[in-house]
Amino acid sequence: MSGELFELTAAQAAAAVRAGELDPGELFDAYRARAAADALNAYLWVADGPGTGPPASEPAASSAPLGGVPLAVKDLFCTEGVPSQAGSRILEGYRPPYTATVVRKLAEAGAPLLGKTNQDEFAMGSSNENSGFGPVRNPWDQTRVPGGSSGGSAAAVAAGSAPWALGTDTGGSIRQPAAMCGIVGLKPTYGACSRFGMIAFASSLDQAGPLTRDVTDAALLLRHMVGHDPCDSTSLQFPEEIRLPSREDLRGVRLGVPEELIGAEGGVEPGVRKSFDQTLALAEQLGASVEPCRLPHAPHALSAYYLIAPAEASANLARFDGVRYGLRVDGDGDLISMYSRTRSAGFGAEVKRRIMLGTYALSSGYYDAYYGSAQRVRTKIADDFRAVFETIDFVVAPTSPWTAFELGAKADDPLAMYLNDFCTVPMSLAGIPAVSIPSGLADGLPVGFQLAGPAFSENRLLDTAFALERAIGFDASPARAASEVSR
Amino acid sequence: MLTRAEVDHVARLARLELSDEEAERMAVELSNVLDHIDRIRELDLEGVEPTSHVVDVVNALRADEPWPSLRREVALAQAPEPVDGGFGVPSPGASE
Repeated sequence: MSGELFELTAAQAAAAVRAGELDPGELFDAYRARAAADALNAYLWVADGPGTGPPASEPAASSAPLGGVPLAVKDLFCTEGVPSQAGSRILEGYRPPYTATVVRKLAEAGAPLLGKTNQDEFAMGSSNENSGFGPVRNPWDQTRVPGGSSGGSAAAVAAGSAPWALGTDTGGSIRQPAAMCGIVGLKPTYGACSRFGMIAFASSLDQAGPLTRDVTDAALLLRHMVGHDPCDSTSLQFPEEIRLPSREDLRGVRLGVPEELIGAEGGVEPGVRKSFDQTLALAEQLGASVEPCRLPHAPHALSAYYLIAPAEASANLARFDGVRYGLRVDGDGDLISMYSRTRSAGFGAEVKRRIMLGTYALSSGYYDAYYGSAQRVRTKIADDFRAVFETIDFVVAPTSPWTAFELGAKADDPLAMYLNDFCTVPMSLAGIPAVSIPSGLADGLPVGFQLAGPAFSENRLLDTAFALERAIGFDASPARAASEVSR
Repeated sequence: MLTRAEVDHVARLARLELSDEEAERMAVELSNVLDHIDRIRELDLEGVEPTSHVVDVVNALRADEPWPSLRREVALAQAPEPVDGGFGVPSPGASE
């Protein structure tokens, strides 16, 4: 079944393994070969075999819930003995002495580590061009970016070199690359999954989540990720088991379209808007009601985000100082110059920019005007969502205002790059779950449709996304697109 | 507009050594971003409680029981300059 093997979703492959119809070793080797031959720069490291990875991954996976289906993991997840560099030269060759909790849990559930995927340095970016190890290319069009920061994970899943993948989302870093690569990406409720072993960017926002071919795969992966971890005091017990989605209609479901996120300032492209409107029409056909709603403070979410996240990053990245791990560059014989030389040589331009922005926002005389105000805006945004969810079930919006753009197109304009996150940061600041599903193509490039719900509504959210996914029937793929072009 | 002196001051706080070219570019780029961010000053935020964390957890305490941590040689294995079972650093000297 070697050729058809790649046609299976991860959940189908896991079921085939458990039924004895598919050999997990053969499955791993097939994906390993594809990952090793990857031409998109999506991988920074590829496993030799199912046991090369960190913990007790079970090669004999025939009875494990995840069936030995291999998992690609974003570089910033610590994996014991395996390079974990967060896409940064300051951590080049770093092999952590322990494994991130979510990676360990998934390995124990039968998803062995396939490889580590490229990303924007320390997850700071929306295009993957900020990786210290070169940009990732979009499998739909290799002259374009895959989105970011989890661009390697998204490109690997979209190109079929990984059955599924793990990413992290701070302001959109799972949802946006999923949208630009035509796959499913879920940012869970803040606190649903342990952050232990994730190399931190902005600790009050960072969340791990799945990037998958379909909604069912995302649910299956999430089921084995959630839960309280004594090593992360902000992690919570998920109130219910994550179910596999099964809903076929949307009768009684109320969808809210916030005018603040679909119009002017984010500059939603016409093709993205068209696909969004078509999806709303499908939702209505399935029985959902679609109504406008207001998130009055959403237009200020980007400003609050670009104060809070850099402020937290400037503190989190203080640990990269040439003392305990990673790069060291000697200074003039004293400690301070060693710190400064090391950090200046090891960090890329965007990371320096955000450290500077965060340090400035936290510095004496500016703290309350910037950081304090941003935290108050955050309260207002969370309140906006709370008010909306009193009368509607889910907020829907485009995931990204644009489809995948050309490599280099926005690289010289940090503010234009930040505007990419316009539709995704409000949910991050509110800590609520949001999923992006492919809704179609615009000029041959994938468009993402985003749904967000109240905290811990993942089961209902995924059920709704599942029903929409069926109705949309998105079956395009980079390979199919390429063969149509060549015909 | 951020001045060059402000950029140099913040860089010192952040332990970054910027070249002249980097510092000049940083002043322009950060000013553009801050101009956008400044719009939040239009909002009336009087009396609004700040949110530092969205999770409704207060004082997450665990039992004060010893548990195994990394062995010393494992913790030191990636250090650029392990010295006598510790992390070696240059002399703090007369800083700044």
